[in-house]
Amino acid sequence: MTESMVRQRTRAAGRPVVTTDDADVERRRARLAAGIRHAPVYLVLAVGSIVSLIPFLWMVIASTHPTSALFGTPLPVLPGGELLANLARLQAETNFSRVMANSLGLAVVYTVFSSMISVMAGYGLAKFRFRGRGVILGLILVTMMIPMQVLLVPLFQMMASLGWIDTYQAVIVPFLANAFGIFLMRQAFLDFPDALIESARIDGAREFRTFYRIVLPVARPQVAALVIYTFMTQWNAFIWPLLMLNTEDNYTVPVALNTMIGLSRVDYSGLMLGSLIATLPLLVLFLVFQRQFIAGLLGGAVKG
Amino acid sequence: MTASASPARLRAGSERRTRTLGNRLQRPGMVFVLPAVVLFGLFFTYPLLASLWQSLFASHGGITTFVGFDQYLRLFSDPLIGKSLLTAGILLVVQVPLMLALAVGLAYLLNQGWLRFRAGFRVLHFLPAVTTLVAYSVVFRVLLATDGGAVNQLIGLVGLGPVDWLNNETWARVALIASITWRWTGYNMVIILAGLQSIPAELYEAARIDGAGRWAIFTRIVIPQLRPVLLFTGITSTIGALQLFDENFILTGGGPSDATLTPVLYLYKVGFRQFDFGYASAIAWLLVVLTAIISIVQFRLSREKS
Repeated sequence: MTESMVRQRTRAAGRPVVTTDDADVERRRARLAAGIRHAPVYLVLAVGSIVSLIPFLWMVIASTHPTSALFGTPLPVLPGGELLANLARLQAETNFSRVMANSLGLAVVYTVFSSMISVMAGYGLAKFRFRGRGVILGLILVTMMIPMQVLLVPLFQMMASLGWIDTYQAVIVPFLANAFGIFLMRQAFLDFPDALIESARIDGAREFRTFYRIVLPVARPQVAALVIYTFMTQWNAFIWPLLMLNTEDNYTVPVALNTMIGLSRVDYSGLMLGSLIATLPLLVLFLVFQRQFIAGLLGGAVKG
Repeated sequence: MTASASPARLRAGSERRTRTLGNRLQRPGMVFVLPAVVLFGLFFTYPLLASLWQSLFASHGGITTFVGFDQYLRLFSDPLIGKSLLTAGILLVVQVPLMLALAVGLAYLLNQGWLRFRAGFRVLHFLPAVTTLVAYSVVFRVLLATDGGAVNQLIGLVGLGPVDWLNNETWARVALIASITWRWTGYNMVIILAGLQSIPAELYEAARIDGAGRWAIFTRIVIPQLRPVLLFTGITSTIGALQLFDENFILTGGGPSDATLTPVLYLYKVGFRQFDFGYASAIAWLLVVLTAIISIVQFRLSREKS
């Protein structure tokens, strides 16, 4: 780049410099060689990108065609005009607007409460010294290592004896305390400067006020990552809602999609449209909050 | 985890010096943690112990009897436990290395300084990790349909197939491996890419000055430096394979002939189709033990280096 600028300047001065032109030819040749060397890399990455994209494109294409077209020859490669018809069928088959509202409502309520609990616990564990702190911290580490599936049977029985089967609270209450979220927040607050907290205390602010006014605003990026992680956890949850929810009007999106697969005549276009709608909220979250999204998803493995 | 313990202890020490303030501040700390502790007690510790207790009982026709370790002995003679562990083993031996090799390769390419559109490529490769597990499994089920499915039509263009992806034992496993690899490669790639970016540039420089070629740099510098990251992704992927449920439940239901059964799917079937809670609890504890073994192996391997 600098070389070509030099060249332009010399041309403008009307003094063709032979050596520079030679260097230019050399450079162009080198660039061509690099281009040939780099081409396979771009090819590999392009193929990878296409493979990553195809299922998304297929969801879009398939949800705008009738089911018969999805298995016909040739396959449709462009969106068709059946989107509204498919949407109407999806709504008729599974009351999808209700299902969607269930999923969104549960995910939002879960995210609000679970994030609050994680943020508070993380702060308490990172910044206070009190009896039992070590035990609690150890318990949280153990919780992270124990597969959640071990709880399925006893939690199912608990929910049954509480009379909570087929209720919304059964879906979210048992998992409100999220060990991973608490751990994430503890790590975030460990780095938080003590001096800021101390000065607020000296100013006479109550602990919760300090937390709310001083600590939370500064930790906003990490809290954002936590919120996205928590939302995604509930949005994707499958096995537990599957066990808890029995009536169609209470289903979440993954449970409803599973039911559609089990029907004797599967409405594949509707299924693809349902999958597309299920993917959209996370896709939008990802594209808008890329950095926090990745940080939340990788959870401490990588700093966003 | 160990690295963060020492600054915490230092901080605790400084609080001890300002004793009055420190004591006054004990209570709020407990208040902040209290909601989480109560919830964990109710919905984690109690059910965990209940599950252990329950695994010692068997119920037949509504009568529950204490059977000691019989449920655990049953695990050893149950062919379906064998099948579910075989599926997890195949994923561990085939899918995890395949995916991590792809992820390392892609991350390495994305880390080249001259590469253009890097952010775009990164986003595109990460996209599969954004999909809901059930939704993407549904899409793969449709793509892999035997009659007229998109994949069979595509390989038909070059004269192959049609393959009975989801109803043949071998191909069902291939389909499961392909689906999981599609979903998780980009996710692992991003972790590995961050690992690559934390390798100090001087190491590359020094190797280049010593006359190391690109391959030598890759095998002698990049891979050893990535060791902790590879260990982390390897272990999480292994635990993921052991606890797989959503994908095979939707794709194949564990079939054909239990060829894609996993321990969690089997636990689900025993617990909530046959309602054999005692045996399901024993399977759950098998899962706990296997996960613990993997975690211990990880801990040992990561300590060996440092």
